[in-house]
Amino acid sequence: MTTATETADLPHWQTEPHHHEEGASTTLGFWIYLMSDCLMFAVLFACFGVLGGSYAAGPGPQDLFDLELVALNTGFLLLSSITFGFAMLSAQAGRKGPALGWLAVTLAFGLAFLAVELYEFHHLIHLGAGPQRSAFLSSFFALVGTHGLHVAFGSIWLVTLMVQIRQHGLGPANLRRMTCLSMFWHFLDVIWIGVFTLVYLLGTV
Amino acid sequence: MAEFDNSTTLLLGRLNLSAVPKEPIVLVTAVVVAIGGLGLLALLTRRRLWGYLWSEWFTSVDHKKIGIMYMILGFVMLLRGFADALMMRLQQVWAFGGSEGYLNAHHYDQIFTAHGVIMIFFVAMPFITGLMNYVVPLQIGARDVSFPFLNNFSFWMTTGGAVLIMASLFVGEFAQTGWLAFPPLSGAGFSPWVGVDYYIWGLQIAGVGTTLSGINLLVTIVKMRAPGMTLMRMPIFTWTSLCANILIVASFPILTMTLILLTLDRYVGTNFFTSELGGNAMLYVNLIWIWGHPEVYILILPLFGVFSEVTATFSGKRLFGYSSMVYATVCITILSYIVWLHHFFTMGSGASVNAFFGITTMIISVPTGAKIFNWLFTIYQGRVRYELPMMWTVAFMITFTVGGMTGVLLAVPPADFVLHNSLFLVAHFHNVIIGGVVFGTFAGIAYWWPKAFGFTLDVFWGKVSFWCWLAGYWLAFTPLYVLGLMGVTRRTRVFDDPDLRIWFVLAALGAVLVALGIAAMIVQFAVSIRNRHRNRDLTGDPWDGRTLEWATSSPPAPYNFAFTPLVHGLDAWSSMKLADQQRPDAPFLPIHMPRPTGSGVILSALATLCGFAMVWWIWWLAALSFAALVGYAIRHTFDYDRDHHIPVEEVARCEAARDRQLALAEA
Amino acid sequence: MQDKTPGSGPLRRILWLLPAMALAGCKFEVLAPTGDVAAQQRDLLVQATVLMSLIIVPVLLLTGFFAWRYRASNTRATYSPEWAHSTKLELAIWAFPVLIVVALGTLTWVGTHLTDPYRPLDRIAKDTPLEADHTPFEVQVVALDWKWLFIYPEQGVASVNELAVPVDRPIRFRLTASSVMNAFYIPSMAGMIYAMPGMETTLNGVFNEEGEFRGLASHYSGWGFSGMKFTAHALAPDAFDDWVAAAREGEGRLDRAAYLDLEEPTENVPPMTYAAVEPELFDRAVNMCVEEGKMCMAEMMALDAGGGTGLNGTINMAALTRDEAAKRGARAPVLGWEPFQVAGYCTPEEESRMFGQRPAWAAAPPRDASPLRGAGLPRPGTAPGLTSPGFWSRPGLDLAALLPPAGDAAAAAPNL
Repeated sequence: MTTATETADLPHWQTEPHHHEEGASTTLGFWIYLMSDCLMFAVLFACFGVLGGSYAAGPGPQDLFDLELVALNTGFLLLSSITFGFAMLSAQAGRKGPALGWLAVTLAFGLAFLAVELYEFHHLIHLGAGPQRSAFLSSFFALVGTHGLHVAFGSIWLVTLMVQIRQHGLGPANLRRMTCLSMFWHFLDVIWIGVFTLVYLLGTV
Repeated sequence: MAEFDNSTTLLLGRLNLSAVPKEPIVLVTAVVVAIGGLGLLALLTRRRLWGYLWSEWFTSVDHKKIGIMYMILGFVMLLRGFADALMMRLQQVWAFGGSEGYLNAHHYDQIFTAHGVIMIFFVAMPFITGLMNYVVPLQIGARDVSFPFLNNFSFWMTTGGAVLIMASLFVGEFAQTGWLAFPPLSGAGFSPWVGVDYYIWGLQIAGVGTTLSGINLLVTIVKMRAPGMTLMRMPIFTWTSLCANILIVASFPILTMTLILLTLDRYVGTNFFTSELGGNAMLYVNLIWIWGHPEVYILILPLFGVFSEVTATFSGKRLFGYSSMVYATVCITILSYIVWLHHFFTMGSGASVNAFFGITTMIISVPTGAKIFNWLFTIYQGRVRYELPMMWTVAFMITFTVGGMTGVLLAVPPADFVLHNSLFLVAHFHNVIIGGVVFGTFAGIAYWWPKAFGFTLDVFWGKVSFWCWLAGYWLAFTPLYVLGLMGVTRRTRVFDDPDLRIWFVLAALGAVLVALGIAAMIVQFAVSIRNRHRNRDLTGDPWDGRTLEWATSSPPAPYNFAFTPLVHGLDAWSSMKLADQQRPDAPFLPIHMPRPTGSGVILSALATLCGFAMVWWIWWLAALSFAALVGYAIRHTFDYDRDHHIPVEEVARCEAARDRQLALAEA
Repeated sequence: MQDKTPGSGPLRRILWLLPAMALAGCKFEVLAPTGDVAAQQRDLLVQATVLMSLIIVPVLLLTGFFAWRYRASNTRATYSPEWAHSTKLELAIWAFPVLIVVALGTLTWVGTHLTDPYRPLDRIAKDTPLEADHTPFEVQVVALDWKWLFIYPEQGVASVNELAVPVDRPIRFRLTASSVMNAFYIPSMAGMIYAMPGMETTLNGVFNEEGEFRGLASHYSGWGFSGMKFTAHALAPDAFDDWVAAAREGEGRLDRAAYLDLEEPTENVPPMTYAAVEPELFDRAVNMCVEEGKMCMAEMMALDAGGGTGLNGTINMAALTRDEAAKRGARAPVLGWEPFQVAGYCTPEEESRMFGQRPAWAAAPPRDASPLRGAGLPRPGTAPGLTSPGFWSRPGLDLAALLPPAGDAAAAAPNL
């Protein structure tokens, strides 16, 4: 333990100008936000784990899911993560044009993913297997739908960021935002891998 | 039974004349609150205070002002929640011998639900968030929190939730489900009108604020500590805040998602918590308590920190067993996640499951007990000055110990089987929440008031309030322990057995004493403000404090510290005083600070409007306000110019004023 | 609302406080129960209190003593501002609570198992063992809005808000609820247990004294909650037979239609009896299929265990014959959603077979009375009644018995 006498001669105030690292906390804060979001998904996964077998004498996953379609969708999302990675590389190298280009490709993949998912939902509801049919379908729609909503918001954010990069270039603020969005996007990818495995693969195979 | 009309119109959803309160008590309350509110607005307008409030407070991103606003919110909501408590006490005295009392079931059931919801979410949470917001950055030698705008936004979201809950008093009804709204009772079938929807949207909006504020404070503590302040040199209050915020971040998302699922059940007709089509209500009970149990530690941990600071300061001693205090806090944080099932042993999960959760609960009492001993041995061989904060602390130590014991009793499953849902349980959690959270908040208020406002609180009225609260608490809740042992169930509105009545009379008298305590506290604030010149704190360190918040002026300048303090050990300010530190006369530098913004108010207003529209099924308004919310948030991100520098002259002026104050204090 | 003023003459009543406390002694049902199970639970409560007092009382005394002794004005007391650590002391303040918790935890583990509501009784009272060939007295309990329904399967009668049972005979309550969660509690007999819709819970208890005891709902369930209470009559065997005979001579047959009428929300219902009860009514209540045409939960679970019913499962829905979940007010469909129910495949005979497949109830072996070595807990795996029954009762079903007739098999369960 330090006692007062030991510290008597030490300086007690920082009088030199010191550079306060701009936005140093943002990445950490966003990471913690992602972890809290992860817990929301954990609840949904837990619900699916508990209710995933309660078909209420209705259709089960084998009757409903088209694994090929989901594989395509998974491909879209995984590829969008890769293209986001390229966008980050370009951005870090300060190349605005390629960065915007890759972001646009990412957006296209994201929208394609959403389109396929909406088609799947529409198809299921059309079959009569909507979220009201059984607890299994309720938890399926909630889990996959929440992920889809995240992708949708990510896409809105992506568009916003593209406009901002266009207007203000790749300054530290925009780079920081892009880092956060890329963490968000990759996070959604990780969640999707969980969804794909637990819901689709284990359900149908 | 409520008369209501769920038929909808395009323009107003299901909002129609049936939403106007018909019960005379509610009607009178509504009128009185409306007149009072209008009077307040008129007064503010007359005094031309709107501009000042808007620019200096509502849009402020200063953690100190936001902290104070949280405390005001908590205190205002305390009055509402306590009014509910008084009404319940009166009903339970009245409803004997064939009388139905003066509250019908529809009204009474709303009151106990609202009491619980308001006291936890809109009194205790704002109180602890307010204390943490005000004190933590000062204690770690920072100039603000990590995300100042987010802080302002969080506060307004919490307020938005409170507004929605209050609105339910005047438009429609509140939930009649108990504070955790267990399905199926909270489902669309058994609670078909708006009560549960108000509950859901109020909590969701406030919950966003709480989660974001948790992230914010967590990052602040991790990233913004003064140079030299390692983790094991952090003041205990900062430590307990850190753990409380970890718990917030790791548990509120569970509440949010659970309520979303309940919302889906109510609005979309999904089957999460209804048995007919495969759902399971026990899932909700588990999920809500996986949030709910950490929540009680979120509430109490920061106050453990307050008691630690207060005990050390007023005993004139270093805190005994700092590191074991830290380890105890961390133990509690972790253990609080594996005890949730003790809230429903009686669901019949099987003996081994019950015994497991009972024993983990008992294990939590070990670190908690260690804390009590640490405070005890801090007092030991100290010089205890019985100022108000210390009085609250000693009262806490005695009250909370008893509450802890009854808590462990309830953790023994066989005992819980006979006491669950009884008034014994009610007495237990009031014992720890009033004895711990409320007394702790009052200790914190009395302790940091001079820091926030530059003058100490009036001692006489403080003592009146203290003794009323303490005696009132014991008088109000000891009878409930007794009634619980007689097998009386909570939330009961009408009683048969006349022998029970005397105990309810005693409890009601206790509640009246507590009411006097609250009144005395309001008088205390008023008297203190009137006599502020007499009780000036010129030094910035009225209690001979030990931590960094006392190293700056009272109230602190907007930037907290002109020069960042350097930390070389525990109790940094004590060491600085012992080393006879001098404030440096180095040239001042311009200070980089965030700019105030109205975005928080606007976003939260839009969220509250959206919530209101969802409650009443006004779909167009919900969609519109949600779109506006997203649009405005995006617009906000296009504002890149969010900071400014406080010029050197301004800093010099503030510091010169501080010099004059210190000179005055010397003289 | 006419009544005496609240707490008429409260001051005068306070003066009567002390005698009132003495008089109220007999009211402390939790502390002085007559039933053996409740008494065991009370014993644990007391033991735990005593154990904790070992640490709580010294702490309270020390707090008072230190707070007084080290007050600032007492300059004679030692003052050591830098004393903030003592390894020995810290070891003690962690170790002593740990010891208490170890003791309490052991008590808890054993006590929780011995008094678990699912555990069949192995004694009638402390000194009265069970006979080897006894059968417990079964009562089926349904928590309705807002009254208690008791069905006596052996006797074929039922009662509402009045429970009659023979004294000194183990009673096995099977509980469920029709609408929302509730809890069943007779403080003098044994602890409470939740009654939940679509689920079955069990409570084992015994009355050791004749008399009338208070029974109540101890989990808030809505408007009529306060009036949802009953009297439990613990009767001598012949008195109980008289009660049953009187009930049989009375009126009313509780069949499915009568049950659905009874289920309608009512408050403060006076006690009444039914002379006859439709068999399997309780099973139907648990399985949420008292209504005609609605699929029973057991059938639904069996079909689900086989992977559902395929795409045909999207058209086996019917309009509600009765909106179980909207009894407390008209619910309007939100966002275009209309409630529905799943139509059952099984014939009543098949459903009966399904209910009949409940595993036979087994008695607990007599308790090993030696106090140490587990205090009466049998070795794991040797106690038929002891294993946790799981969250809800899913009778072990023979799937084949549930399949629709051969002609419909393809349509109904393609995945089986």
